[in-house]
Amino acid sequence: MSSSVESLVNREYKYGFVTDIESDLAPKGLNEDIVRLISAKKGEPEWLLDWRLQAYRNWTRMAEPHNWPNISYEPVNYQDLRYYAAPKTTTPLGSLDDVDPKLLETYTKLGIPLSEQKLLAGVAVDAIFDSVSVGTTYKAKLAEQGIIFCSFGEAVREHPELVRQYLGSVVPAGDNFFAALNAAVFSDGSFVYIPKGVKCPMELSTYFRINQAETGQFERTLIVADEGAGVSYLEGCTAPKRDANQLHAAVVELVALDDASIKYSTVQNWYAGDADGKGGILNFVTKRGKCAGTRSKISWTQVETGSAITWKYPSVILQGDDSVGEFYSVAVVNNRQQADTGTKMIHVGRNTRSTIVSKGISAGRGQNSYRGLVKVLPRAANARNYTQCDSMLIGNRCGAHTFPYIDVQNASSSTEHEASTSKIGEDQIFYLKQRGLNTENAISMIVNGFCKEVFKELPMEFAVEAQKLLGVSLEGSVG
Amino acid sequence: MTMLDIQDLRATAGDAEILKGISLTINAGEVHAVMGPNGSGKSTLAQVLAGHPSYTVTGGSVTFMGNDLLDMEPEERARAGLFLAFQYPVEIPGVTNAYFLRAAYNEIRKARGEEEVDPMDFLDVLEAKLKIVEWGPEIMSRAVNAGFSGGEKKRNEILQLALLEPRLAVLDETDSGLDIDALRIVAGGVNKLRSTGRSFIVVTHYQRMLNYIVPDHVHVLAGGRIVKSGDKALAHELEARGYEWVEALHGVPA
Repeated sequence: MSSSVESLVNREYKYGFVTDIESDLAPKGLNEDIVRLISAKKGEPEWLLDWRLQAYRNWTRMAEPHNWPNISYEPVNYQDLRYYAAPKTTTPLGSLDDVDPKLLETYTKLGIPLSEQKLLAGVAVDAIFDSVSVGTTYKAKLAEQGIIFCSFGEAVREHPELVRQYLGSVVPAGDNFFAALNAAVFSDGSFVYIPKGVKCPMELSTYFRINQAETGQFERTLIVADEGAGVSYLEGCTAPKRDANQLHAAVVELVALDDASIKYSTVQNWYAGDADGKGGILNFVTKRGKCAGTRSKISWTQVETGSAITWKYPSVILQGDDSVGEFYSVAVVNNRQQADTGTKMIHVGRNTRSTIVSKGISAGRGQNSYRGLVKVLPRAANARNYTQCDSMLIGNRCGAHTFPYIDVQNASSSTEHEASTSKIGEDQIFYLKQRGLNTENAISMIVNGFCKEVFKELPMEFAVEAQKLLGVSLEGSVG
Repeated sequence: MTMLDIQDLRATAGDAEILKGISLTINAGEVHAVMGPNGSGKSTLAQVLAGHPSYTVTGGSVTFMGNDLLDMEPEERARAGLFLAFQYPVEIPGVTNAYFLRAAYNEIRKARGEEEVDPMDFLDVLEAKLKIVEWGPEIMSRAVNAGFSGGEKKRNEILQLALLEPRLAVLDETDSGLDIDALRIVAGGVNKLRSTGRSFIVVTHYQRMLNYIVPDHVHVLAGGRIVKSGDKALAHELEARGYEWVEALHGVPA
């Protein structure tokens, strides 16, 4: 439509730089020895090594999913990847007092200052660089209220009883192909425990950064909110531009006990590959929360704009009576990106309620699929679900697909499903241009309006970031 | 002062030539009615002036306040002071009218070298403008045109006209689909905005709106050409005799 837009499509992915830092690398390939090596590097107890090995054995009997998701990708050569990469530093990681300046500089470039003078106000950050946590901010301040926020490795050392109690309790080691792989080789991640009755006074956040080439990132996050506790958690991610695909197979487990609430927000901006679909992150992630207690609440909000391929279904098991599950999602595909994403709401307890709001935006030659399951088990009397699933198409070479599954086994429950598909029209853009807006701002306004119900669920600073990101992802999408 | 000078303008949509050589000069402060039967090209003229991408200009020239209008992007035309009140205003779900109007207002202000206004100050600006279309502030929290009645959409167009204060306003069948009360409000709004420095092109099929917005000149379009021009009396004659009269007069097939 306008040449100014076309020129913007080639704007660089601004997080595509590589940090030149020497790394401690595991040899390529995956076998039991690699699993043992990772466990040994992290000084793990025997039970955790056994858990990893069991997961590895499960994994060897499982197959990479190719048939059911609406995505196509070359099978990953798991023997050609490295499963551990840690920056070599003179001082031990985990303390921010004397972190390698190169690492600090990396995070500053990403807009995540870690040095104490420049901390993000009101947000505590755990920074994960390849396989390890670089450091966690505000740790001491949070500890005053009994809140544990640290890297997964540190949690295993310092709080083994909590980790052992909850690890794998929501996503078992053999849950699916990628979750089993993660359980075998996960390197680091974040651990959060909010004690009884404590509302976490600040947003907690993890920032994931893949730097090393030919390395997978397999982080694991575990968040436990004890009775009456509450926490809001943010996750952000970027990676350098590389020609080859990079695998990211993470697991996130959330546990909410009686009257607890967890809000988990993601703005995912992994490198998406170039306009021809070369390179980019394969984002194969298992995220699941368990509303274990009565009146507990788990809410997922995700804004997915990056990755070459996204395979991700943040879900909630509504086990406690009167528990609430929510899923708010914006998924954007442009160029050759593919996304198969959605959620599962499993109603187990009575009077459980779930809400699903999914906004899929397809541009370029992108293919976007919503895949959702609403399952109401026989005991889940008066369960209620509301699903709204909207797709927006920009241009005429992209695709939007919807695969909603509804399985109801209790007659007193109710489920609602609404769906719509719309196309950003030339007429909408022209209308806004006639009022003085340029094409870029016009598209941004239309798309942000479309995503409004999801953006309002994001914490303030994140919502602003998400709106900007959406603008950048869609630049040049109207030709 | 000449506001708009159209010379031998030709335009196509796809393979079809719709405007076949239109010439029209509009001075500052004048109101010109462009009338014609369906398919005569009058809405196309409005869209071409605003720069709609569905039309290709194949000949002629348009000068707007001394500048080559056809060389400008649609948003540049808007910023230069050309406003189109749409026949079918577009819905923008999820975007509040207040947000949209302020964004447009600030774009126009920036183009004039004026400061942008923040949401609070904008409310004060709006208050006066809302009176012009006899509206309360509740319309501001609704999504742009989404679920608006036909009358509300047209009122919203006139509200934007009042807010953006263009030099030239093109009203494309603003009367279509309006009941008599809405027509009175919309036309009343336009009349309040008439001034010596502002010109209007009022595109309409029917004479009835011209009872409220009295034009200085009336032009009849048929088959992509202006076949007759006159003063307001011409509109009444058309009402009485029908468009077949001018079409027959100029050998245009009905």
